[in-house]
Amino acid sequence: MKQAQQRKEGQSAVAACRADFPALDQDVNGHHLVYLDSAASAQQPSAVIDAMAHYESHDHANVHRGVHTLSHRATDAYEGARDTLRRFINAASTSEVVFTSGTTESINLVAQSFCRPNLDPGDKVLVTHLEHHANIVPWQLVCEQTGAELLVAPINDKGEVELDALYALMSDKVRLLAIAHVSNALGTINPIREIIAEAHARDIPVLVDGAQGVPHMSVDVRDLDCDFYAFSGHKMFGPTGTGVLYGKEALLDAMPPYKGGGDMILEVSFSGTTFNELPYKFEAGTPNISGVVGLGAAAQYLESIGMQNVESWESELSDYMTGRLSSIGDMRLIGTAAHKAGVQSFLLGDIHPHDLGTILDHQGVAIRTGHHCAMPVMEYFGIPGTARASLAMYNNFDDIDRLVAALEIAKEIFA
Amino acid sequence: MIAGGLQTDDVRDLYRDLILDHARNPRHFGKLDHTTHSAEGINPLCGDKLRLYLDVDPDETIRSAAFEGSGCAISVASASLLTDTVIGLSSSDAITFFEAVTAQLAGDDPQDDARVDLGKLRALAGVRDFPSRVKCATLAWHALRSALRQDKAPASTE
Repeated sequence: MKQAQQRKEGQSAVAACRADFPALDQDVNGHHLVYLDSAASAQQPSAVIDAMAHYESHDHANVHRGVHTLSHRATDAYEGARDTLRRFINAASTSEVVFTSGTTESINLVAQSFCRPNLDPGDKVLVTHLEHHANIVPWQLVCEQTGAELLVAPINDKGEVELDALYALMSDKVRLLAIAHVSNALGTINPIREIIAEAHARDIPVLVDGAQGVPHMSVDVRDLDCDFYAFSGHKMFGPTGTGVLYGKEALLDAMPPYKGGGDMILEVSFSGTTFNELPYKFEAGTPNISGVVGLGAAAQYLESIGMQNVESWESELSDYMTGRLSSIGDMRLIGTAAHKAGVQSFLLGDIHPHDLGTILDHQGVAIRTGHHCAMPVMEYFGIPGTARASLAMYNNFDDIDRLVAALEIAKEIFA
Repeated sequence: MIAGGLQTDDVRDLYRDLILDHARNPRHFGKLDHTTHSAEGINPLCGDKLRLYLDVDPDETIRSAAFEGSGCAISVASASLLTDTVIGLSSSDAITFFEAVTAQLAGDDPQDDARVDLGKLRALAGVRDFPSRVKCATLAWHALRSALRQDKAPASTE
């Protein structure tokens, strides 16, 4: 406990950012809100809310189309956000930053535009057992469409990908490896840099599902050397309905468009259509302009705090959470990987996760309960679901103490 | 600061002793020797899943009832209370109970339904204050209606 006390006294400067998030300053069910569901959707800072409101109030028009002033402003705001996102992930060029509606659309784009034309019967797409449904179902669909086969690399009891088995599955028939940076259900941080190098040594391109990566650690797509990196705005303190697909320019360039419509063309006639250059080829129709403006503001906000600072603060918090949860009797932690982010799934005695979720909510503590869109993970552990507490940079030690106190109340009710 | 949400009701009212007792020791848990009607209930949001078995006489009396499956305390307790309630009832009286229970959970005053005495099913009334959990409580009852109607598709709370 002494160690815990010392830690609490040293609350990081990062946690002070909590004051920037208006939604966190409220009472829920008579208690000050403790938000531990950021892996499902993170709250937004005023900087993001204000940037969107400013855009909507002053600059809104359609992008890439008009000669008038507002259209220029809207285009500048939208393309400015693209350059911010490029810098945020250290992509070489804005041509490699495609705006999408989120991770799910980014992955579907790669499945349909990159994989589908290249898959023949007998070819394989490789995933792992810890993937979110968004990194499973698009591959199942494209395998059904092409006669290819989906291979699944196993995990172990700690929730880590079995690397030897993963590498053993990398045959010359594998056309793509799709793997999470961080598991949303288990918190496991996959050693993707090493995995990408192993895949590339076998000429296998790699898509990284980075939905749970970008909000919590610095991501450098050139250092990782990933071929595609997909992520969502609303998990990195931006708005819902926004996301990014990063792709290496040479790969994106060779891919056919995913959707047809306005803005993705150079010239249309009934004898044929010429597609626009990157990244517009993949952005058919009027995009979510204010959402992208908000996403750009979110990336800038994270840059101002510094991803290294976010990472070290969350690592400290995560250790504290694991320690406190482990000290509760009848606690079963699900996901105990050696290298882990601030996501902890758990079961408490014989209390069903949904009952835990309701009792905690009554104490003002918001957690996620259920299968977390990762049913194969639940199946592996032989459980219908878990309770999951997930951290973000605005959480602090008090939040974790409140979680533990609320769990003690749940135990008492079910005693 | 924004203030909001429920403040007065007590989560202990939701998890009262009768509910916890039925959740921990569900009555009529398992299969029946003889089943004439059965239906599955699925709550896709929660993953709660149960199967209800009925043995209905030719004269439409429910001779026996049982259920199996997994779910939260509310869904298991509700299924357990259901089986306790419907054994010995006619099919049409069981449907009247379905209507009274779902009305009670939708927030209507249970006293309004003069056709039935809900008795210990009133213990489910605490769920009314927890809108996200109402579907847990109604799951078994939707399965009851599906079984009696002999619906082909599983009953879903969605």
